[in-house]
Amino acid sequence: MFRNQYDTDVTTWSPAGRLHQVEYAMEAVKQGSAAIGLRSKTYVVLATVNKASSELSAHQKKLFKIDNHIGIAMAGLTADGRVLSRYMRSECINHHFVFESPLPVGRLVVQVADKAQVCTQRSWKRPYGVGLLVAGLDEAGPHLYYNCPSGNYAEYHAFAIGSRSQAAKTYLERKFETFMECTKEELIRHALFAVKESLQEEELSSGNCGVAVVGIDEPFVVLDPKTLQAYIEALDSGKDEMQTIEETGADDRQSSQVPQEGTGSRGISVGASEDTPTDMET
Amino acid sequence: MSMMFAPRLTEAAAPTTHAAPTWSPYDNNGGTCVAIAGEDYCVIAADTRMSTGFSILTRNYSKIHQITDKSVLASSGFQADIRALQKNLDARHQIYQHQHSKQMSCPAMAQLLSNTLYYKRFFPYYAFNVLGGLDSEGKGCVYTYDAVGSYERSGYSSQGTGMQLIMPVLDNQLKSASPLVLPLRQSTTPLSEVEAVDLVKDTFASAAERDIYTGDGVEIVIVNRDGIRHELMDLKRD
Repeated sequence: MFRNQYDTDVTTWSPAGRLHQVEYAMEAVKQGSAAIGLRSKTYVVLATVNKASSELSAHQKKLFKIDNHIGIAMAGLTADGRVLSRYMRSECINHHFVFESPLPVGRLVVQVADKAQVCTQRSWKRPYGVGLLVAGLDEAGPHLYYNCPSGNYAEYHAFAIGSRSQAAKTYLERKFETFMECTKEELIRHALFAVKESLQEEELSSGNCGVAVVGIDEPFVVLDPKTLQAYIEALDSGKDEMQTIEETGADDRQSSQVPQEGTGSRGISVGASEDTPTDMET
Repeated sequence: MSMMFAPRLTEAAAPTTHAAPTWSPYDNNGGTCVAIAGEDYCVIAADTRMSTGFSILTRNYSKIHQITDKSVLASSGFQADIRALQKNLDARHQIYQHQHSKQMSCPAMAQLLSNTLYYKRFFPYYAFNVLGGLDSEGKGCVYTYDAVGSYERSGYSSQGTGMQLIMPVLDNQLKSASPLVLPLRQSTTPLSEVEAVDLVKDTFASAAERDIYTGDGVEIVIVNRDGIRHELMDLKRD
């Protein structure tokens, strides 16, 4: 009720102590098509659902290489994501120029978060409308972070963002304890299963999803469609896995009807009743 | 406005005395670079001596830097400037790869190097460069530069302290009779890869005899369709 008065500017607090514009930005992430990340002791895998806005167009690029040891998947306003990825690439290159060593992921993520926070405290700016899953390697090993439009960030074993991400999250929550010991192939399989959850009725193919991998001694690379199709076809050979998913799939579909909960919203859905992405966001 | 640029006619021009500089931002670390382009290969070589004045700093310094899978840069001059130039090109190449999802071709890198050098036209990189590699058709190419970016593609080149000793020898062995002679000659040498490498070794051995800044060893890099190969040969250490 109050939010209509206090949601015009990002620099206006609501009486409940919330910045509604920031929450609306996070809503934009939820409307974008899904992005998933998961990691093991040696690899981090990112996967995205690629929705083309029409049959005539190619789908949006949501997986970006930032440096040999860092890559991102985005959900929401991919235009904002492109700008952020340009910033991240520039930071990595500058760090490497000065220190002749790769920029630690944790540092980059903080820099991006601080950049996002600025937009939540300037009356002439708007928050970035994109959520980033940052996959990277440093001396301590592989990491997966989530950067939020609010300027928050957190590290994850596995995470999913975007529309119908709850289904993927449920799958990941069930399986994540096994991820640490997974091989690269097993991790990619898990990622593809998680994407399958988000796609639900649609058939998984290299045309509607994307996968990227980074590992110790393996630079970040987005899998080409042929390799990806091979992995997808290999999924079918793991029949036991598929059956388990089909059984629990029914439950997931029910839970995804409930309005999603973001970090700030307490049950208020701001036009989040439909799941399909709008033209602007992918 | 035009008066600002017109010479003053009233006062006699007083000759200004320029004090001898106490400090120079540049130093010459010596050395020589050579490159020869073949039909489907390119040989890039440089000695491994780094010196200052009449002293040797190290006998084992590489003047050669691989920028892309198909471009190799050899530079003699002020190694601090050269290192900065190499890092600059690497960073620019990284950006290119992010934007185009592929590596730069050797001719593209040649233009980038020229622009990078001219960018510092009024405080130049003290670097005498030879860029070698394979062009987009897989043919060998060599580009030679001055300190501020003037460049030319040719079949062979040398730069550095031993340049004047080596270049006439290369001219004698590799230069085509005349550009007016028909049929049109290639800008690459008809020599085979092995012959070109042998020629390079001979020229460095000769240059090391008389050029005090060239010696210790020669690092040879060969770029061909199979990739990049390295060879090392010892030179006189005096």
